[in-house]
Amino acid sequence: MDVKEVLDKYGNSPGRLLGAMLEYQRSKPQNYLTEEEIKAFAKETGLPVSRVYSLVTFYSLFSEVPRGKYIVQVCHDVPCHVNGSVNVVAELEKLLGIKMGETTDDGLFTLEYTSCIGCCEMAPAMQIGETVYGNLTPEKIASIIEELRRAGK
Amino acid sequence: MSKKEKKLLTARFGNISPDSIDDYIKTGGYASLKKALGMAPDAIIAEVKASGLRGRGGAGFPTGIKMESVRRATGSPKYVVCNADEGEPGNFKDRYLMEKDPHQLIEGMIISAFAVGADYGAIFVRGEYIKAIKILDNAIKQARGAGFLGKNILGTGFDFDMDVYSGAGSYVCGEEFALLAALEGKPARSIFKPPYPTTEGLNGKPTQINNVETFANIPHIIDMGGAAYAAFGSETSTGTKLISLSGNVNRPGLYEVTYDITLREIIEELGGGVPGGRAIKMVQLGGPSGPIIPPSLLDLKIDANEMRAYNLSIASGAVIVIDDRADTLDILMRIMEFFHHESCGKCTPCREGLGQVLGLLDKLVDGRATDAELELLRNLLDVMSQASLCGLGQAAPTAIKSILQYFGDELYGRIGAAKEVK
Amino acid sequence: MVNITINNKKIQVPEGTTILNAAKQAGIDIPYLCYHPDLDIKANCRVCVVEVEGSRTLQTACSTRVWEGMVVHTNSPKVRQARKMIVELMLADHQMDCTYCKRNNNCELQKIASDLGIRENPFKQVEKDLDGDYSSPSLERNPNKCIKCGRCIQMCAKVQGLSLLDYVGRSDEVEIKPAFGKYLTDIACVACGQCSVVCPVAAITEKEDIDRVWEAINDPNKVVIVQTAPAVRVALGEEFGMEPGKVVTGKMVAALRALGFDKVFDTDFTADLTIIEEGHELLHRLKTGGVLPMLTSCSPGWINFIEQYYPELLPHVSTCKSPQQMFGALAKGYYPHKIGKRPEDIFSVSIMPCTAKKFEAQRPEMSVDGKNPDVDVVLTTRELAKMLRQAGINFGALEEEEYDAPFGLSTGAAVIFGATGGVMEAALRTVYEVVTGKTLPSLDFTDVRGLEGIKEAVVDLDGTPVKVAVAHTLANARKLMELIKAGKADYAFIEIMCCPGGCIGGGGQPYGVTNEVRRQRIAAIYEADRDLPIRKSHENPAIKQLYEEFLGKPLGEKSHHLLHTHYFNRKKA
Repeated sequence: MDVKEVLDKYGNSPGRLLGAMLEYQRSKPQNYLTEEEIKAFAKETGLPVSRVYSLVTFYSLFSEVPRGKYIVQVCHDVPCHVNGSVNVVAELEKLLGIKMGETTDDGLFTLEYTSCIGCCEMAPAMQIGETVYGNLTPEKIASIIEELRRAGK
Repeated sequence: MSKKEKKLLTARFGNISPDSIDDYIKTGGYASLKKALGMAPDAIIAEVKASGLRGRGGAGFPTGIKMESVRRATGSPKYVVCNADEGEPGNFKDRYLMEKDPHQLIEGMIISAFAVGADYGAIFVRGEYIKAIKILDNAIKQARGAGFLGKNILGTGFDFDMDVYSGAGSYVCGEEFALLAALEGKPARSIFKPPYPTTEGLNGKPTQINNVETFANIPHIIDMGGAAYAAFGSETSTGTKLISLSGNVNRPGLYEVTYDITLREIIEELGGGVPGGRAIKMVQLGGPSGPIIPPSLLDLKIDANEMRAYNLSIASGAVIVIDDRADTLDILMRIMEFFHHESCGKCTPCREGLGQVLGLLDKLVDGRATDAELELLRNLLDVMSQASLCGLGQAAPTAIKSILQYFGDELYGRIGAAKEVK
Repeated sequence: MVNITINNKKIQVPEGTTILNAAKQAGIDIPYLCYHPDLDIKANCRVCVVEVEGSRTLQTACSTRVWEGMVVHTNSPKVRQARKMIVELMLADHQMDCTYCKRNNNCELQKIASDLGIRENPFKQVEKDLDGDYSSPSLERNPNKCIKCGRCIQMCAKVQGLSLLDYVGRSDEVEIKPAFGKYLTDIACVACGQCSVVCPVAAITEKEDIDRVWEAINDPNKVVIVQTAPAVRVALGEEFGMEPGKVVTGKMVAALRALGFDKVFDTDFTADLTIIEEGHELLHRLKTGGVLPMLTSCSPGWINFIEQYYPELLPHVSTCKSPQQMFGALAKGYYPHKIGKRPEDIFSVSIMPCTAKKFEAQRPEMSVDGKNPDVDVVLTTRELAKMLRQAGINFGALEEEEYDAPFGLSTGAAVIFGATGGVMEAALRTVYEVVTGKTLPSLDFTDVRGLEGIKEAVVDLDGTPVKVAVAHTLANARKLMELIKAGKADYAFIEIMCCPGGCIGGGGQPYGVTNEVRRQRIAAIYEADRDLPIRKSHENPAIKQLYEEFLGKPLGEKSHHLLHTHYFNRKKA
């Protein structure tokens, strides 16, 4: 999918640019937007580059740096926090051998915090791509990561 | 099921496929739209006013009055906008409403649009809710295919269409002007008010902007009539309320209740109490921007009148239970880190204040804070809530202020703690 | 009219008045930082908060409009506490090196902090060391000073139509900068410096070149000459407490001499020369079917614009160098021979209302010997004022003096180069008389004067109607360029000035400029024109002499080499 295609799909309006850029970013193996791509979105929408760049840096789901194939987003807002999201982070850091904000050497996983993903009823929770995983335990986390490792290779 | 549970908005949950408009229609869906299109717009608004429906996003503004303002506004075109940027931690009711019964929301928006005279609608969904966006996208296509959206809806000459707009990771989009900015393809930064969206909203045009749950109520009000809807509830709080129950509770989840339920009933009866029989230390209402209250206030009914006496409200309906293992400052740090991360950075008190709040809290955590610094913190919180540009900065101090009110000793007790250790 | 009460004083103001303006009427100045009278209301600094009875929160005076019966308190304890704390928060996130700062004593934030009596800051200083941008010969960006008011963003986007600056990031990491944090030299910035004029602090400033001038003045082997642009004389006085619109030509000349310049010349002289060359170029194009409409070339911000945004239209641009560079070419290519010196003995300084002139002066083609720049240093009006203060010159007390010969004599036509429409009017005065051989009945072409964005006029050249247009600001220039591209611009001649109001509103002019100040400066320009004995460029005897002695004829060989230039497609990807 190229920039023009995704914009056409979204009706090429400034208001739907966020959705278009997100979908485009998700379609890329490394989950980020390059300078050229950001400029292309500006050119196609007729918005100033400074504005589109402003959007990319304002909204937390965009990235300007290459990330892993799987972005493991751990919620740590209060409902998850009081249900042990700290332990979820520790478990993931141990399993993946990286710290929060880092990407594994094999380019498979990036570990990030996310603001609440609206899954407080299954706290602690995390989101990977389009999938939400709730009621996390160390065993559950291990099997999720194991499965993705297999699938991602 | 508790007798104070009432399934109105959630009645179809699990009983229909969200991907099937037929399921929705078979269960009475779009009948209200047909009925509404046969009514005069003013009559629809009169029913909404009679229902006593108030905005379910948190502020609780009377929906009928808002609709009337939009209808009376002179600008054109007019818009209806659904605020589905459910970013307030502890809230998930809107996600359920969109994922489990998308047409209920769409139908509510179409009826509203007809009533206020709008010809375009937008549902702004937070970017994290990928599944909800897909379900809504599909439902809109189906509604269009069935003639509920588009030109000349159901042969009445009424034209209206809508689209789903995705956010991309920003809590402040939940603030209505920030949301409108995002809808216009800008960073979600609020603007000064007045004017309000009812006269100058999306693209500067009159706009009815409401929360998902608010719109989802509209078909039911049209179906049963405003008076019947108002009948289950008190004068100040009518209809049902969706409660997002989370935290340290045995059965977290979504509950639809009537306003005569108490917070304790929600936690104990619906939620099954705290795991391990631990004691409740505190409960946060609404999410990070809401107050944190002690167990002694849990016998309040969620009714607006009753809660107002304590300067509280059920707001968006989030109830976050925190048990006695929690450290108050740890919770506060987490809340303020959240706001610090989500501040748009536009106005000075919020942009610069949140970092300073974190610094002062940090000193309290370490026991290095002085009396003067706690006083500074108090004053800073006052200035932030008084002088910030939008609701984010104005509400960010709420949690700490309520801790100071109900759990003040926990903060004052930390002053000079480091010295004592030595 | 609406009745309101401000600080217990009852006043009547027109409906729709903001509290800020209503208070002004009541004799109360409410401080502000993001507000600017000519720009959109942003209400983000929150410094102007006031208490409005009945309102749940404090209200910003800049954005809140009065209503009947409104009761406002601008100085209550609550307001004072909030205002002071907001400024303290700002200062805690501001590089606090005021005594070393370019804006020391001329900073809006510093003034408010001083007025509020802030003696210490209870807040912890935020530690940050953001990268600045010192790439441009015209402007510098220091993000550690930025208070995020957003004035520059709007100036660049709305007035100039370039949108090169925007907020980047969010929360307390938000910065105002070009996309991808690029240097000004790596983006299509025109160096107009309008951002620096509206910046309340020293986050965007002109590059200071004062020391290089002192060095030259102190060098006994250099003949240091200076030229002063038309717009400087109507604004410099503001730096010394005079009302906007005061003409200070004579004092300025005296001041420059007092600084130690060997010769004090006037850019107005080469403005007259520009009219002769440009006027003849226009006539030549009209006669020979050349590319029309012809576009003026005096404004370097405008040249930067067309080279980077509309290179396909470059053949429309007059090949005349700007008056500054014509002067520079004469300073290095003519003057040394006249006084028996070598070109490298001459150090040529220009005082300009403009930051883009700094860029223009260092363009490689602006060098008659191909080695040294024709104009060695460009100082803005603001920098000149700083030099005068450094030298302890009491500007107000100076006796007026005259420019030196031979480049000191000029006309009213040259003075009006400083205002939008002025180049056009000056050109018309000459072109009319050259073409028709008649004397103009009235020298005042009022249709092309004033602050309207795009102005038009038709001049009757002996039966041939010639249509002309004038635009100032690049947003307006863009409109005309689009018309030309669409083949819908039936003008013979278009004057473009980059900055709002023309050079009097330039990016290097004293701070505090508003449209009101622009009007006052423009009025002063026309006052200076009226007061000069000669008001037409072609009647300047010194110009006539220069052609006789040296240049030969307009558009001649020498002119071609010294006074004309060429342009480049500098469009950025």
